[in-house]
Amino acid sequence: MRDTFARTLYQVACQQPNVYIVVADISPAGSMAQFRQEFPDRFVNVGVAEQSMIGICAGLALRGCKAFAYTISTFAIYRPFEQVRVDLCYQNLPVTVVGIGGGVSYSTLGGTHHAQEDIAVIGSIPNMSILAPCDPQETEAATWACAAHNGPVYLRLGKAGEPDLTSGAPEPFEFRKIRKIRNGSGACIISYGPIMKMALETAARMESELGGNVAVYSAHTLKPLDREGLARIMSSHNTVVIIEEHSERAGLAAQAKQVGWDYGVRTKLHTFSLKDEFIHLYGPNADLLAAHGLSADAIFKAVARD
Amino acid sequence: MRRRILEISQTVSALHIAPAFSCLEIVETIYSSLMRHKNETSHPDTFILSKGHGSMAQYAMLEEMGVLSAEEMLKYCKPGGILGTHPDYGIPGIEAATGSLGHGLGIAVGMALADKGMGLNRTVYVVMSDGELQEGSVWEVMLLAPTLGLKNIVAVVDLNDFQSLGRTSEIHPNFYPVVDKVRAFGWEAAAVDGHNRQEIYDAVKSRSGAAPLMVVAKTTKGKGVSYMENVPIWHYRSPNPDEYRLALSELEEK
Repeated sequence: MRDTFARTLYQVACQQPNVYIVVADISPAGSMAQFRQEFPDRFVNVGVAEQSMIGICAGLALRGCKAFAYTISTFAIYRPFEQVRVDLCYQNLPVTVVGIGGGVSYSTLGGTHHAQEDIAVIGSIPNMSILAPCDPQETEAATWACAAHNGPVYLRLGKAGEPDLTSGAPEPFEFRKIRKIRNGSGACIISYGPIMKMALETAARMESELGGNVAVYSAHTLKPLDREGLARIMSSHNTVVIIEEHSERAGLAAQAKQVGWDYGVRTKLHTFSLKDEFIHLYGPNADLLAAHGLSADAIFKAVARD
Repeated sequence: MRRRILEISQTVSALHIAPAFSCLEIVETIYSSLMRHKNETSHPDTFILSKGHGSMAQYAMLEEMGVLSAEEMLKYCKPGGILGTHPDYGIPGIEAATGSLGHGLGIAVGMALADKGMGLNRTVYVVMSDGELQEGSVWEVMLLAPTLGLKNIVAVVDLNDFQSLGRTSEIHPNFYPVVDKVRAFGWEAAAVDGHNRQEIYDAVKSRSGAAPLMVVAKTTKGKGVSYMENVPIWHYRSPNPDEYRLALSELEEK
């Protein structure tokens, strides 16, 4: 995803001479080599200094530029939280804060590098939008959407090497609109971000072992959430499963329950989120997710049991 | 302008009078003698009051310049008005929302970077407080601005030696001498009397231009009214009618 982001941002910068990227000295910024080489004046490395990264982006935006701040999610939003809140959101400036390693994807780095409650925290600030694409294709579309958006965005990415999950999707990516990426009419799964791979595996297993067609949706825009679309989808499937690599607090699952209440949706709803815990486990991302109760197998069994 | 701020102080219970009085000559010199405005250039200079709690100094200046109306000034901090305790982005003449300390200089660096990229000869003026320099975010950008080759930033520190809980020199004695620290970060620095317009003007005009400039301006908090000078309560309080009359008569004597 980060390579796709870098490639796409380079394309954006070729078209738009006012696009800047401000990075805070992290190694994934190496994927920006082409951008850096061709537009050295529009690539800024502030060093290990995230507050200035955001402040500088705000200043650029106040001069009519489009700025992208870029570092690991935790450092992109938690460390400079007040700069994000005041400089970007209060002034409603077109700056995209790109967070690499959303969720627990840095699974060997420990809790200091886990953005497991980032959507809850950043989504509570007025004016902020949140995009969380699930694969490289959605990352490309989301990057263009950020460049076109006239306000602050938090772009939550994974790491590198995520597979293509959406090139055969029946619906296109559209900012703010929940998107069907797999057809089905009985049960449905709604997810976002790289854990979509698990959602698709779960859908395939449900189909083969329980029968019926299982639809899968990408809720890539977490804010503003497509509440009508979500209510419509939840109403039109007898079983709804939500899978997310985010805390159970104020993520998609919690918001879907609010939407369900507000719209009077009557359906069977299963939600699977990260636990509200710091888990001290180091290893593959799948192992850490499993420790949070998230695996295709565990989700399938829980849904099948019901 | 001190008189005007005193007048407005009679319409509200609190207005950060002393922090405005300490930076009044700084704000006035920048706006009146240093900045290039809209009528002079298509790319005017920028002013950011990073110590947003001194807003009355900026509002009074903007009123003198005709950017803010007398009517708006009288609606300060009142329903239906647009002026609050801290400068708000979107208000005429206000180019960044401040009020939380340590934000203005980072924004100024972003602006100066954009100006440099566009090849514009434009200066960003930032007025900061001495207490504000305790924020780490300030030193992050202090370290960075000269490295980015930004020369068109002029920051003025209102060194009034007071912050909420006491004297800055007692809370952070190692902060001094300030100019040495500023120079150590690659900035050009000058120390001036912050109530002497000529000294402020000369320090800015005589800069080499090889690096961003920080003017360390020694000031008196509450300057101009004897009973307010260096008395912490006037950080926030408005004078009562008797105190108001006394303050006015002192200003008239000067």
